[in-house]
Amino acid sequence: MFLNGYGPLLLAGTWVTVQLALLSLVVAVGLGLLGAWAKLSAYRGARLAATAYTTLIRGVPDLVLMLLIFFSMQIALNDVTDLLGIEPIEIEPFAAGVLTLGFIYGAYFAETFRGAFMAVPRGQLEAATAYGMREFQVFRRILFPQMMRHALPGIGNNWQVLLKSTALVSLIGLTDLVKVAQDAGNVSFRVFLFISVTGLIYLALTTLSNGILYCLDRRYSAGVRELRL
Amino acid sequence: MTDVLDQFWRAYLYASNGAPSGVAVTLWLLVASVSMGFFISIALAVARVSSRRWLSLPLWLFSYVFRGTPLYVQILFIYAGIYSLDFVKGTPPLAAFFQSGYNCLILALTLNTVAYTTEIFAGAIRTTSAGEIEAARAYGMSRFAMYRRVILPSALRRALPAYSNEVILMLHATSLAFTATVPDILKVARDANSATYQTFAAYGLAALLYLCLSFTLIGLFRRFERRALACLGTQR
Repeated sequence: MFLNGYGPLLLAGTWVTVQLALLSLVVAVGLGLLGAWAKLSAYRGARLAATAYTTLIRGVPDLVLMLLIFFSMQIALNDVTDLLGIEPIEIEPFAAGVLTLGFIYGAYFAETFRGAFMAVPRGQLEAATAYGMREFQVFRRILFPQMMRHALPGIGNNWQVLLKSTALVSLIGLTDLVKVAQDAGNVSFRVFLFISVTGLIYLALTTLSNGILYCLDRRYSAGVRELRL
Repeated sequence: MTDVLDQFWRAYLYASNGAPSGVAVTLWLLVASVSMGFFISIALAVARVSSRRWLSLPLWLFSYVFRGTPLYVQILFIYAGIYSLDFVKGTPPLAAFFQSGYNCLILALTLNTVAYTTEIFAGAIRTTSAGEIEAARAYGMSRFAMYRRVILPSALRRALPAYSNEVILMLHATSLAFTATVPDILKVARDANSATYQTFAAYGLAALLYLCLSFTLIGLFRRFERRALACLGTQR
């Protein structure tokens, strides 16, 4: 039988992986924008906190951080509930996975966005302010669309790394694609087959995201003169 | 924190039960895979930029596959997947090789870093200015002499910033060693965690050690870059 009947389970595992990656991306982009804003802000405290965040997170392997945050988060929460004398709350593994991955990759996105924000000419922002736009309007109409063009290569890179690091969540107990494939392989004694299929699925996902990134790049580069050598 | 430190400081740094562990193992994995990967990548990068399709196409596929899949899946493939094949189990030298976690891990790490490093080096070789190559040809240099004297010395310099990044990423990648039962820093942290139940201290100490190693590597590369890239006039 095709894949010993594990096809649907593998598909479900893939869906978990994709959901996890996309939701973590949302968290990471949010934190990244916040971090970039803080790094470029006039407040010394914000700059310091953001620099500590990006430097510390990027200096430690994502797997180590994942284990550290994932397990410590639950213990810290237990301490809080004990202190308040209420029933312990168990963090749902999927949500914890999303928050952990998002928190880690937020640091990488912050660096990407910081560079991109700085690449937008100041004169454009001053002109927008001179036109009487409010701060948020300047961000939405001028800063964000132009920043995206510079940020896209970095975003693409970070996304590929994030997508691949979702493979690690099986180590903190989530039933993602890798976990399903390992279990299926161990039960059916066809480890080689199932790990190969996992690799191919990841390859398909990265290929798909390459295509989407290419289209996005075309869209955000509209109106920019291309120089052919 | 003190429990973890008292019982495990030796294991975190260099040895537990008479076998190497912790920082020593992590550094050994890094040095072994990165140094082998460096030389293999130079050869493959030259082939990757070749205009002969039969040479460059397989290498494109190799790096596409290894850069498009997670390292954890690659380690599982080599450590669990290949060893599960009857053909491998039936051939004693192969079986002996793939039985060892160290062998599998270093193989996986090396293949992984070769895939990335080849692309970095190939990119640097492609940006060699045409005039330099023309000049080398005009001097009558053979292809080998041209690579050795002109292209590689400048290409490797230009690749240095990207390459140092790759080495830091490899340091981080070695933390997957415990999945192949190799006692690196993270494996010790897991043991310390299950022995003392001091999760934050056990993993926090590991994170701190990795942080120190990362910063040391970054510092060394910065100094080296300043010397090696001085000729390019792009001092930062």
